[in-house]
Amino acid sequence: MKEQELKYFIDVVVNYFRDISGEPSEMGIPFIKEKNTILLDYTGLIGISGTKKGAIYLTASREMLSEITTILLGYENPEEELVVDMAGEIANTIAGNVRENFGASFMISVPIILKGCPEDVIIRMIPPIFIIPIKWRNHSAFLAVGLE
Amino acid sequence: MKMLIVDDSFVIRKTIEKYAIDLGIKDIYTAPNGREAIRIFGQESPSLVTMDITMPEMDGIECLEELLKLDPSAKIIIITALKDSATGLLALKKGASGFISKPFTPEQIRDEIISVTGGNI
Repeated sequence: MKEQELKYFIDVVVNYFRDISGEPSEMGIPFIKEKNTILLDYTGLIGISGTKKGAIYLTASREMLSEITTILLGYENPEEELVVDMAGEIANTIAGNVRENFGASFMISVPIILKGCPEDVIIRMIPPIFIIPIKWRNHSAFLAVGLE
Repeated sequence: MKMLIVDDSFVIRKTIEKYAIDLGIKDIYTAPNGREAIRIFGQESPSLVTMDITMPEMDGIECLEELLKLDPSAKIIIITALKDSATGLLALKKGASGFISKPFTPEQIRDEIISVTGGNI
């Protein structure tokens, strides 16, 4: 994974939050997790195939996902099913948007949505796994990129 | 006017539906994949469709082709996270009337619907 490739993901995340809320996210310094990983309340995981292989995931708190869902739908306290689905949709949008840089042979799967911290999430990721910290409003989230 | 929203994301189906209702569209149907979309399209004959591309069962490009076989006059707007130019060109080549990349704004959805329908909502 080259530094420039990691930057593609960072730019897409910043633009995502700016486009949906008018407020770009602040990105922390990426770090590497070799074995275990970080998972918050809900996680959207996208399998990658084609020129790159592995997976990416976006993990976030329920509160953050609820706030984003509220922005989209225009009402407070959206139903839980919508909030859970939001994790998959953000991961899907990030993975789809980086195709602008990686090209059409960067193939993405439909999202897999995970609740809590299942043990097997690491299986699809190809180490080293880069963890990119995301801060938006008063919320923290993480984008993990594990590609070869 | 009847409209069909096809996307595997529940939150995106609800979001597009809200924007469409705000625009005055009343008869709105939704489908989570291409196969269900074809079934509803056959029953309800919507004149406007929004279509995701990456979906389980049948992807949006294949579904687009099937819907246009059933009704070549249908207006189909692709709404996808796939932001590369090749995907946009492919969708238009296959007969899509419009293309929006995610994340989208209410204004983008409104403008594209008005553009492809000529404002006949």
